[in-house]
Amino acid sequence: MKAKIIVMPKKTVLDPQGKTVQHALESLGFKGIQEVRIGKFIEVELKAGNQAALKKKLDEACTKLLSNPVIEDYEIALQ
Amino acid sequence: MKFGILQFPGSNCDQDAYHVLANVFDQPTRYVWHKDSTLGDVDCVVVPGGFSYGDYLRTGAIARFSPAMKAVAAHAQAGGLVIGICNGFQILCEAQLLPGALIRNKGLKFICEHVDLRVETVDSPFTNRCQKGQVLRIPIAHGEGCYFAEPALIKQLQDEDRILVRYVNNPNGSVDNIAGICNEGRNVFGLMPHPERASEAALGSEDGRLIFESILQSVVAA
Repeated sequence: MKAKIIVMPKKTVLDPQGKTVQHALESLGFKGIQEVRIGKFIEVELKAGNQAALKKKLDEACTKLLSNPVIEDYEIALQ
Repeated sequence: MKFGILQFPGSNCDQDAYHVLANVFDQPTRYVWHKDSTLGDVDCVVVPGGFSYGDYLRTGAIARFSPAMKAVAAHAQAGGLVIGICNGFQILCEAQLLPGALIRNKGLKFICEHVDLRVETVDSPFTNRCQKGQVLRIPIAHGEGCYFAEPALIKQLQDEDRILVRYVNNPNGSVDNIAGICNEGRNVFGLMPHPERASEAALGSEDGRLIFESILQSVVAA
């Protein structure tokens, strides 16, 4: 079983990296870009088990270590 | 006054801090390895600068779980002094001994230069030898020194007089020009600039001495 975790900077947090990439895309001629934000993608391989229990553990992992709730939000997808 | 300087894999300002405290200030100083679960007989803990654990995941994110940091939390809880410099500030924020977080500099660049800091309050064990409004010239060296906190927390820090130093010219996008803050108990201080790199005339500035002299003074007073 695999957990795919996306960690993104909160909307209220500056993302200068995203801004810079947005400008680079625009200077390459990509039109209509409204915003670029850059986060992290984390894959965790897991022993299969009860989905709800795994999700609970992963939530704990995300709040304790994988993301910093002060500046980041996360999403977990179990596959 | 007895100082303990934490050492993580990737710390690189530990020896600078040791040199200043042991040789310049002639204080009993020892290192505390990150795997040590006790600090020993220490009055003030220094969490030094560097790139603990390679800054993997986020700055300070891994270091905060080391056994030594549990001991630091207990030391802080008991009212002991803790100063976190640069990566040390980042670690203290991750460990929730200080509020907020430090994120990538607004300009994305690693900045290594002397900056002017304004002392905003002398009501702390770390600034009591300064004067309110005094400008200190102290170097910064960081890529992730942009202090971030939500507006409600910033207001709380302002109301409780917990912003000890601000940048005169904000180099990194920090909210409210914040360069260093203390906890509610005023015994834990984190700052991005490096006072240990500005404690000898040969290094271009001695203004950092005031921070260490304040710490020494606070123990005499206590």
